Amino acid sequence: MASKSKSNNARDYWRRNLRYLFVLLGIWFVISFGAGIIFRESLDSIQLGGFPLGFWFAQQGAIYVFVILIFVYVRLMNKLDQKHGFDQD
Amino acid sequence: MENVQIWTYVLVGITFSLYIGIAIWSRAGSTKEFYVAGGGVSPLANGMATAADWMSAASFISMAGLISFMGYDGAVYLMGWTGGYVLLALLLAPYLRKFGKFTVPDFIGERYYSKTARIVAVLCALLVSFTYVAGQMRGVGVVFSRFLEVDINTGVIIGMIIVLFYAVLGGMKGITYTQVAQYCVLIFAFMVPAIFISIQMTGNPIPQLGMGSKGTDGIYLLEKLNGLSTELGFAEYTQGSKSMIDVFAITAALMVGTAGLPHVIVRFFTVKRVKDARKSAGLALLFIAILYTTAPAIAVFARTNLINTVSGKAYSAMPIWFSNWEKTGLLQYNDKNGDGRINYSADAANNELFVDRDIMVLANPEIADLPPWVIALVAAGGLAAALSTAAGLLLVISSSVSHDLIKNVFNPKITDKQELLAARLSAVGAVCVAGYFGINPPGFVAAVVALAFGLAAASFFPAIILGIFYKKMNKEGAIAGMIVGISLMVFYMLKFKFGLFDGGKDAVAGLKSQWWFGISPEGFGTVAMLVNFAVSLVFNQFTAGVPEPVQQMVEKIRIPSGAGEATH
Repeated sequence: MASKSKSNNARDYWRRNLRYLFVLLGIWFVISFGAGIIFRESLDSIQLGGFPLGFWFAQQGAIYVFVILIFVYVRLMNKLDQKHGFDQD
Repeated sequence: MENVQIWTYVLVGITFSLYIGIAIWSRAGSTKEFYVAGGGVSPLANGMATAADWMSAASFISMAGLISFMGYDGAVYLMGWTGGYVLLALLLAPYLRKFGKFTVPDFIGERYYSKTARIVAVLCALLVSFTYVAGQMRGVGVVFSRFLEVDINTGVIIGMIIVLFYAVLGGMKGITYTQVAQYCVLIFAFMVPAIFISIQMTGNPIPQLGMGSKGTDGIYLLEKLNGLSTELGFAEYTQGSKSMIDVFAITAALMVGTAGLPHVIVRFFTVKRVKDARKSAGLALLFIAILYTTAPAIAVFARTNLINTVSGKAYSAMPIWFSNWEKTGLLQYNDKNGDGRINYSADAANNELFVDRDIMVLANPEIADLPPWVIALVAAGGLAAALSTAAGLLLVISSSVSHDLIKNVFNPKITDKQELLAARLSAVGAVCVAGYFGINPPGFVAAVVALAFGLAAASFFPAIILGIFYKKMNKEGAIAGMIVGISLMVFYMLKFKFGLFDGGKDAVAGLKSQWWFGISPEGFGTVAMLVNFAVSLVFNQFTAGVPEPVQQMVEKIRIPSGAGEATH
């Protein structure tokens, strides 16, 4: 049943991919909309050098986290492609 | 001043010849080269090209200025215009690359097995791109008029000719490699003055850190700016004045809009493999983040400098840059109480100074008294930013017409050569329309651009996401969603941004209390997007299922291997 295991393989790959998306987009939301907007005022009571922390997340921190998230995703997916044999062109 | 002009002519001349040289070297010979640069662009080059494509006159010229007047609220642009790349990299780019066609309407048309869906998508793409490109041409005009002292209209026409040259000749291939050069020019031009000013004001050469450092007087810069702002009657800089729900909605609309912009999405069709699409999205955001984390620092420096230089000072003691910018009309002084001093205040009745937000970045090096070559560099950078984005948009417009309309709807029998000619002719037409908008501009650059995002969020994003992640999404749902989404957005824009139903522009301010859920037109894309999702899903429940071959196609695009090359 080669085709059956092939479609299982694809299904497992897709499920794992969705799990990665769920976690990474969760972090994306918490950092930008959470720390930068919703909880900004309470975070502002903490100082980070000359920055109120909430303000820093909104104008600096969130952007750094976005960059990191994409590169983490790239790494995770490259590994996942390899594991499932989808890394060939 | 003479000196600055000479430097400007030299730097703008060098960069323009560079762009034209690249265009001649990378002429397009086939439609595939014209639409997707042959599909063989490296992730690094694509990352840079995407960054230049993305960072428009609005990012380069307007954004730091806007932030310096918005304070905390500026975060809507900073997070909104970067966070969308996470969505793009995780939810769209890899799958659209695997799908492997030329345009966004290609995807919509085939995924929803319908010519109607394709035509709706083309119309949305044209509306979004024209809204956006108008702002770019205006930016080109502003830079030319101030730095080369030519008339704004002449500036727009010079810009049109340059873009025409390399977009028409090289198509996507020409655009990609000029954008790589333009990225280098614009990021250098943005960073050099920022670093200079950061050292001047805080002793720290890294603007991102300088912004949170102490000034020469030992007080934290942000603290000092908060003090200065409240003294003049403005809100505290780190607090802002928009409501939380509006900040939330605008940020979300810009993020989602970013991920739905056709000229950005199409860049991911130009790389070889799916993994290259993911990687180049990461690199693009990295390159963008360099500018986007510097802009808020410039905003703080520029605002502090401006208040310190002009507030309460005698008009006669103003430096030369003041009168230079007065000539352009972007800076205006009206001595209401006749005391010869510049009274800058949040209170409109007493305020005597009008500062156009667009000049903050352009005038910043002069305000900080930097050497002439730095000032000239900013002019070259502003032009690079505006031209690169304009070219990317024009390509979307021309491929929408030649590929999506002529080839796929009206005349499928057209040969590759004829289609290439059609693509070039539509590029010429698009440049002329864009030029018209540049000469008759629709208001602030960034404000107009912000609306394009609402339109993209309200139309494409849901249709593409559902197309990839929901196999059972049918054409009826998607078409209904796109039409309702974009119509609602256009309606809201016309009502609350242009006051069309309540007696024109002057009524706009008074309508603020009627905003739905307290959300501004800039943030309404979020609501329209949610409505689009809801309409799509509801229609989907009551109409026919999705044909088996289409479901198989969806399964295929979810798997990265076997991407092959972009083909017809």
